Amino acid sequence: MANPSWGMVIDNDKCTGCNACVIACQSENNIPINEEDHFTQRRPIQWIRIERYWEGEFPNVKARFIPVLCQHCADAPCEPVCPVYATYHNDQGLNVQVYNRCIGTRFCANGCPYQVRHFNFWEPEWPDSLENQLNPDVTVRTRGIMEKCTFCVQRIQRTKRESEKNNTSIKDGDRQLNPACVNGCATDALVFGDFNNPESKVSKMKKKELGHGGHGDHSDHDGHEEHDEKRGYHLLEEYGTHPSVVYLKKVDYESKTVEKH
Amino acid sequence: MQEHIQLNQKEINDISLSPILETPKWWLPAVLITFGFIVTGLAAFFYMVYHGLGVTGLNRPVFWGFFIVNFVFWIGISHAGIMISAILRLTQAEWRRPITRAAEVLTVFSLMAALHTPLFHVGRPWRTYWVFPYDFSRGVWPNVRSPFVWDPSAVGTYLIASTLFVIICLLPDLAIIRDRTTGLRSKIYGILCLGWRGTPRQWKMQTIVGILLSALVLPVFVSVHSIVSWDFAVIAGVEGWHSTIFAPYFIIGAIHSGVSAVATFMVVMMWVWKGNDKILRPDHLDAIGRLLIIVATTWFLFLFLEVAFALFTLERPEIALRELQFFKWPFSGLFILFLLTSYFIPVPMWMFKNVRRSLPLMFISTILVNVGMWLERFLIIVPSLSRKTPFAFDWGSYTPSIVEILIVTETFAFVIFGLLLFSKFFPLIPLFDIKEGMVFRDEIKIGRRTVPASIRE
Repeated sequence: MANPSWGMVIDNDKCTGCNACVIACQSENNIPINEEDHFTQRRPIQWIRIERYWEGEFPNVKARFIPVLCQHCADAPCEPVCPVYATYHNDQGLNVQVYNRCIGTRFCANGCPYQVRHFNFWEPEWPDSLENQLNPDVTVRTRGIMEKCTFCVQRIQRTKRESEKNNTSIKDGDRQLNPACVNGCATDALVFGDFNNPESKVSKMKKKELGHGGHGDHSDHDGHEEHDEKRGYHLLEEYGTHPSVVYLKKVDYESKTVEKH
Repeated sequence: MQEHIQLNQKEINDISLSPILETPKWWLPAVLITFGFIVTGLAAFFYMVYHGLGVTGLNRPVFWGFFIVNFVFWIGISHAGIMISAILRLTQAEWRRPITRAAEVLTVFSLMAALHTPLFHVGRPWRTYWVFPYDFSRGVWPNVRSPFVWDPSAVGTYLIASTLFVIICLLPDLAIIRDRTTGLRSKIYGILCLGWRGTPRQWKMQTIVGILLSALVLPVFVSVHSIVSWDFAVIAGVEGWHSTIFAPYFIIGAIHSGVSAVATFMVVMMWVWKGNDKILRPDHLDAIGRLLIIVATTWFLFLFLEVAFALFTLERPEIALRELQFFKWPFSGLFILFLLTSYFIPVPMWMFKNVRRSLPLMFISTILVNVGMWLERFLIIVPSLSRKTPFAFDWGSYTPSIVEILIVTETFAFVIFGLLLFSKFFPLIPLFDIKEGMVFRDEIKIGRRTVPASIRE
């Protein structure tokens, strides 16, 4: 069987901006607690973040939310610039970060147009009450290195090992497999799966919303109309990064124009 | 056009060797002060290593700040040596002779300053050697696609070539010092000059090596700063950086700041070491000033083109960036200061012969150029990162912390410290080079015609 190509579909229409995915990610991936200081210094570490934009003038203000996480680009701008191969593409469509190799040049962070790469400016610290909460499957990162969303590679690997052990195939939408953010999402705005498996939910959604499946084929995307049924798009696709995350536009029944990016 | 040095060989020796044979009074205090700055800067560095880069003003999205600005700045200064000693040597510009050594030594120390700046910059400095193309039992070869692998290679090549060049040119002068000192010093200089006796064969080889090195180093002249510019230009996601013009733009900018730094250094040499003003004449400053007008104007053309190319497409993120760079405080203030100091004040000044021949005015104008060139790198790096993506949610800003300022000061102190130490132990004025120039000017009369006494190299 072909290698999986992990990816995600994010439905902006369903996102309520509740930040549950952010919290789920923090606790799954041993991310230190972001305090007020971290935000005022502009150094919070959030592998997934909810970008919130206000649209319109008071009183007709609308909050718009985009969950942004590492897009695991097929042509990732962060990969060629790392001098020590601390970030590279693996055979499962994941853009992986090898913490031990990283020397902290922050070149990759400059390369990333999505700004999803985070630098450990300080040694991570947890309050005593959370010391036992740390996930043993995830490395705690030291100061001076980059980190970013891994699509919870530890969960993917564990599911893969167990399915090999039990001689079963990986089930699509398995909660053991899904990244923490997907499991934490209350409205199923985030869907995770294998784009190389045409039967998976993400492949079907991508086919329905983008009009094609699989990587690299974006030919019929440019022509779609504003009120088209198809809501799929890639974030900042003009940079040619070919991301593994498909976003679905918010359907705005109140205003006539559909939000454009 | 140029007045010739009206000194005999003994006077040249006396003037050039006086800093070595008798220490000036200000030398020790100056060394101690710069050393103090170095120690403070290194202390700040170790404080930063201990606590993490959080003690700097860097943040997301401005991941690069003062350290990279400073790195590019010192690489820029280092282009002085190659311009003066290689290109002017190959084009046989006679006026270069008294300043070749100063330019080369400035190159060597600014390259050293530039090479240790990445140590300050990276998150885990104790792992920096991983970028070197050598398999440190990691089983991973460095990523040759990354400009950060090419940087140490190119800068390292340049440093090795410049150091060799300095040593080759020092040999005859070291032999002179050996002959004028006694005891242990004489022995040490004797070892350093590698058995120089001044035989015709040694002179021939020394000349050949000098010319070979100047010619072989020419590719480095283009490669070093091109590679530094690719640190920025390869990043498609940063509007102000992703430009094909960056490599030539950076090189000409480097020559602009480098040659200016040599002019500054020349004026300082004429001020602080007695008698140097008999060898370094206003003529030399005049020549450098005229060279600088050309270099500065070419550089300004590239600056204009860079902005013009960027705005040509009228893309919204690009316009947002340029708005920040040109019109929003504090970058607007820095931008005006940058334009004034790097071009609009010095170049009109250099148009006047009186200015080009005046020590204080040349000192001020060339210092201004380097203030401007430092700001140029700052204005390329910081505003571009602050407005990196079309996502306004992630726009940011940057204020350097005291730690960064101390570390940047350290690099300046390091270069001055290096030059001071060098001036104590080696002549900053190349004795043999000046005498060689004098020999070339010797003319003999054959019948009714006057011909040069010797044939050019």
